[in-house]
Amino acid sequence: MADSPIAMEHHNPALKHHFADMEQQREASSLGMWLFLATEIMFFGGMFCAYLIYRLWYFPEFAAGSNSLDITLGAVNTAVLICSSLTVVMAVRSAQLGKRQQQVIYLALTLVLGLAFLGIKAVEWTSKFEEHHIPGPTFNFQGSIPSHPDQPVDQRHAQIFFSLYFAMTGMHALHMIIGVGIFSYLLYHAWKGAYTPEYYTPLENSGLYWHFVDIVWIYLFPLLYLIDRKK
Amino acid sequence: MATAAITAERENYLNQEYGIKSWLLTVDHKRIALLYLLSITFFFFIGGFFALLIRLELLTPAGDLVQADTYNKLFSMHGQVMVFFFLIPSIPAVLGNFLVPLMIGAKDLAFPRINLLSWYLYIIAGLLMLHCMLTGGVDTGWTFYTPFSTAFSNTKVVEAGLAIFISGFSSILTGLNFVVTIHRMRAPGMTWDRLPLFIWAHYATSIIQLLGTPVIAVTLVLVVLERALHLGIFDPTRGGDPLLFQHLFWFYSHPAVYIMILPSMGVVTEIIPCFSRKRIFGYKFVALSSISIAVFGFLVWAHHMFVAGISLYAALVFSALSYLVAVPSAIKVFNWTATMYKGSITFSTPMLYAFGFVGLFTMGGLTGLFLAALGIDVHVTDTYFVVAHFHYIMVGGALMGYLGGMHFWWPKISGRMYPEPLGRLAALIVFLGFNLTFFPQFILGYLGMPRRYWQYPPEFQVLNVLSTAGATVLAVGYLLPMVYFLWSMRYGKVAPDNPWGASGLEWTTTSPPPTFNFAQPPVVTWEAYDYEHIPAPQEARSGG
Amino acid sequence: MSEHTVSAKTNIAVWVTLLVLTGVTAGVAFIDLGPFNTVVALVIATFKALLVVLIFMHVKYTSEKLVKVVVVSAIFFLLLLLGLSLADYSTRLL
Repeated sequence: MADSPIAMEHHNPALKHHFADMEQQREASSLGMWLFLATEIMFFGGMFCAYLIYRLWYFPEFAAGSNSLDITLGAVNTAVLICSSLTVVMAVRSAQLGKRQQQVIYLALTLVLGLAFLGIKAVEWTSKFEEHHIPGPTFNFQGSIPSHPDQPVDQRHAQIFFSLYFAMTGMHALHMIIGVGIFSYLLYHAWKGAYTPEYYTPLENSGLYWHFVDIVWIYLFPLLYLIDRKK
Repeated sequence: MATAAITAERENYLNQEYGIKSWLLTVDHKRIALLYLLSITFFFFIGGFFALLIRLELLTPAGDLVQADTYNKLFSMHGQVMVFFFLIPSIPAVLGNFLVPLMIGAKDLAFPRINLLSWYLYIIAGLLMLHCMLTGGVDTGWTFYTPFSTAFSNTKVVEAGLAIFISGFSSILTGLNFVVTIHRMRAPGMTWDRLPLFIWAHYATSIIQLLGTPVIAVTLVLVVLERALHLGIFDPTRGGDPLLFQHLFWFYSHPAVYIMILPSMGVVTEIIPCFSRKRIFGYKFVALSSISIAVFGFLVWAHHMFVAGISLYAALVFSALSYLVAVPSAIKVFNWTATMYKGSITFSTPMLYAFGFVGLFTMGGLTGLFLAALGIDVHVTDTYFVVAHFHYIMVGGALMGYLGGMHFWWPKISGRMYPEPLGRLAALIVFLGFNLTFFPQFILGYLGMPRRYWQYPPEFQVLNVLSTAGATVLAVGYLLPMVYFLWSMRYGKVAPDNPWGASGLEWTTTSPPPTFNFAQPPVVTWEAYDYEHIPAPQEARSGG
Repeated sequence: MSEHTVSAKTNIAVWVTLLVLTGVTAGVAFIDLGPFNTVVALVIATFKALLVVLIFMHVKYTSEKLVKVVVVSAIFFLLLLLGLSLADYSTRLL
């Protein structure tokens, strides 16, 4: 290479003027994304708090509601997200190694998996709609409490479960949609060759966001789908 | 370009570019600070207007100025506007934005475009709030308690909730920017123990903004969903718990009061050493107390719920924790007074505000301890005692700190001196007006006058009249600086780089600073508050 | 972040582990462990989350201590919200 690494840094077109060098810019961007993820932990945390309280209060109806969810679709979706986290990691790695085409393939796979997740979620929600499990005037829960089938179900308590189910999976899905948007943007720019071993920060930081959304689902799956499933 | 002579025509961030686009699309933290200055001042007027109507109504025991429903809207919107659209942004978005990069020797904040986005989010939120207020307003109190807000109120709860939700993002992004900037962009030699305590205060504030605001954000989302879809998460008739709303609301809103006071404490910590010509007493204690306040502030929220229905054991725990959180604030007060002891005091306008702050904040803080005592709280909760308590801190404390800071850094921001005699007069008027407005309210509350009531028994009238009279005086005190600051931009004395002889990197650059802050990136080799080696200023400090 | 490149092998190993643990979580849910069902599910979920955070999100390899402080702090404050709220809810009927 004609330029020394330091000269390359100062001439890197991605360097913003208020930063001294690429290293400072990269460290600042990374810290910024981690702080943002901290705010997201607290954001979802508020809903987890509501979930915690009502699960303690209304365990029977929570169990009943949980048993009415499709555990196969839930597990498959968990697997889908885990695969997508792998493809994200491999996309970042491809950028680190300077492999443009590989990046693009992994990013495209991530998008496909993300859309698959959303598709499966849409299927689940549709069946919830058909079963009248959507909170509101049409709500009518006909399930039974797993360990005590003869115990009457309090409709209000069941509705609270489903309110939280839709609020939490809905908020999660919204974050997935935003993630799909971000990764579409990344796919386009990766295809244009924007991400190189010298500069792949947007890829790396967006990856962090994607992994975070995956982790939220890792907790949502057992908490929503696996309450009192014992046979 | 620049000549050696100190003239006001030298290129700086104000005259570097002209035109509305250069302001609305700026990424310069100093210009963004001024954009915020204009916006929050606008909302201060709106909130003040509601206050005026409230105090007018309370001149007489009968409800004769407005209807009861309207009165509910007045105090609700006064609170929401003042808290979310004035106090929370005020110092961080104006003084913080302007000074943080300067004080640490950086060219700008870490994310200048996100800084501009913060302002635009604030404006969008503000416009939504304005629209809400103009088309019916909201009457739930600034606290949005359920199930009234979700099931019974027929006012614009959803719109107000959304407006505050959006303003929360503005706040989060400002906090994020500050934390990254302070960690990653300090000039060479600017170690953590050389940082101005203003920076430590803003760092602590930013932590609260980052960790607390998301919780109220999600809570408002749940309120909006509940109201729109009749969910029942917070509605007891549908199996919900109204106290859950309060827990989630106060988890943010208590730390929020520290968002409002910490930056002001930071301002005062800059002013007092300067006008005592002495380094701050106990630098490490002041720095650590800021962080402690930020952390402990998250442990006490249910002291707003003592009589709401929480368990007695929870009340005991939160009461004890609330006593704890007073300690770091007290440490600051001791450090400020110790700094002034045997100092060479000048009663400049900023110093007058700082004195006011120390006294009034102490009173507000101590009355907070009264409220933390369960036995007393049972009697004075939801009375004017509480109203007086928080106005002592927010107005006697935070707002006076803001005004002191505006005066202290006005030469740096505008390149002009404000007229000092008028400044001192206004400070005195504010102090007197403030005490006349709010001290009677302590007595009213103790005697049993409830808050948020638009009628009251006739025996409370004298104190209410005194309070309203005070509010009028206070209004004059606030208008004066607005007038003379504007006046000074054209007719004020041209300010030197360091009119106060203050320590801090911001005073080593020109007044106003160039767009990129420093002619040469600074390298720091001295301790903060090095007043033994900084000569007292000879020019443009006294007289006007 | 760091310049360290995680090997493809490590990433695949983590991926397989995550999938296996998902299956385990689902499978164990059908076994009666009483109150421990929830505990086991959450422990496994936390282990999975740790794998994602440490390996996929590079926290194990980063030279920036600050990132670890940020993550731990956020979790700490979340636990504060949950824990202190429980201080009320778990003692209401006492």
